[in-house]
Amino acid sequence: MIALLDRDIKLAIRAGGGFGLGLAFFLIVVVLVPFSVGPKSDLLAIIAPGILWLGALLACLLSLDRIFALDYEDGSLDLLATSPLPMEAIVSIKALAHFLTTAVPLVLATPLFGVMLNLQAEGFVWVMISLAVGTPALSVIGTFGAALTVGLKRGGLLLSILVLPLYVPTLIFGAEVARRGTLGMDIQTPLLMLAGITFATIALLPFASAAVIRINLR
Amino acid sequence: MSEKRSLWEYANPRKFMGLSGTLLPWVAISGGALLLIGLIWGFFFTPDDYRQGSTVKIIYLHVPSALMAINAWFMMLVASLIWLIRRHHVSALAARAAAPVGVAMTVIALVTGAIWGQPMWGTWWVWDPRLTSFLILFLFYLGYIALWSAIENDDTAADLTSVLAIVGSVFAVLSRYAVNFWNQGLHQGASLSMDKEENVADIFYYPLLVAIAAFILIFVALVLLRTRTEIRARQLRAYMARERMQ
Repeated sequence: MIALLDRDIKLAIRAGGGFGLGLAFFLIVVVLVPFSVGPKSDLLAIIAPGILWLGALLACLLSLDRIFALDYEDGSLDLLATSPLPMEAIVSIKALAHFLTTAVPLVLATPLFGVMLNLQAEGFVWVMISLAVGTPALSVIGTFGAALTVGLKRGGLLLSILVLPLYVPTLIFGAEVARRGTLGMDIQTPLLMLAGITFATIALLPFASAAVIRINLR
Repeated sequence: MSEKRSLWEYANPRKFMGLSGTLLPWVAISGGALLLIGLIWGFFFTPDDYRQGSTVKIIYLHVPSALMAINAWFMMLVASLIWLIRRHHVSALAARAAAPVGVAMTVIALVTGAIWGQPMWGTWWVWDPRLTSFLILFLFYLGYIALWSAIENDDTAADLTSVLAIVGSVFAVLSRYAVNFWNQGLHQGASLSMDKEENVADIFYYPLLVAIAAFILIFVALVLLRTRTEIRARQLRAYMARERMQ
């Protein structure tokens, strides 16, 4: 399991994978927002938590099709399927690798981008916490979507149509934590809901993803 | 000794074709007739509401279509479960057949709601929980249909869409509560519950029930028709494949 995780992370970093791509996309979103809504600092301060969440979500979405596509093409997914590891473990590891290579850099980069969007001082910690709690759910849900579309030639667009409605609850609660935290309001309810979604998806969705992969490899 | 009969017999495509062939005209005609009665009754023989004027009458399209939009997804969920558990092809095809009908119902509900909302709320669209949930439901339908049409192998497509329907249902319910939490709405609460004191007035209630019955029958008729078409198309493909072999 650890070997697989190690391999996936190395592939993502070295082989021109999604490592820098998500971060670059996040940067582009953050840079373009002030151009589209205007440079007023107070307006940016209001929408900053939402923009950061949206940017992180889109950056996650961008790198989803890499989770299984390359392994499916060169046949290593078949090898993995015949290995003693259960498929549930394989998809969980894949989701974890996606989280570590895509979401963690985003979370770490948030303070920098927050400065660019004039995020208030109290907001930084809550945006980072909400992203840290919420992005594992994004990776796990995205892995399910990637598993559904793994056998398709051009699954990218279909993948985003499938995954976007599944992302709605996570986005709502995540952005709500960030917004309330920035305004100094009570964040307990949305934060607990967000954590609940994350843990429930980690616990349950790998079974669905594994079933879907088995169907696709049939 | 009589042969034991069960519902599962109709999982046999031939049996299903026989039964649905007899049922379809009756369901379709009674659905159409009830729709005509319900709409004429509702549109011309009920009084205008004292505050909403005649715009209240859009209820006869809005409520039944919204009801069927949700029930169609529920039917797809049950059919998907039957397919995954018992591998009856008719079930998978019925789920596939219901999806476009469900989209149509969702769109009717959204559009009639917008047309009503413009004079009443002064806006075509607000990010109200019910409206937003329906938009999300619409996206789920789109994803489901897109996945069906993207995969070439029929059995693989049926399996994958079934899993999507199950996972999607969980997330649809979750979205409903998340959206409720996110924004308090403009939309009124349910006015047709069995257990509430204050329901919609009887004079609007009865034509509405007729319209709901009509929409249910029309939905059943459309799903039967589309399932039959799909079965025929498969038979045709099988025949053509056999021809080519000879």
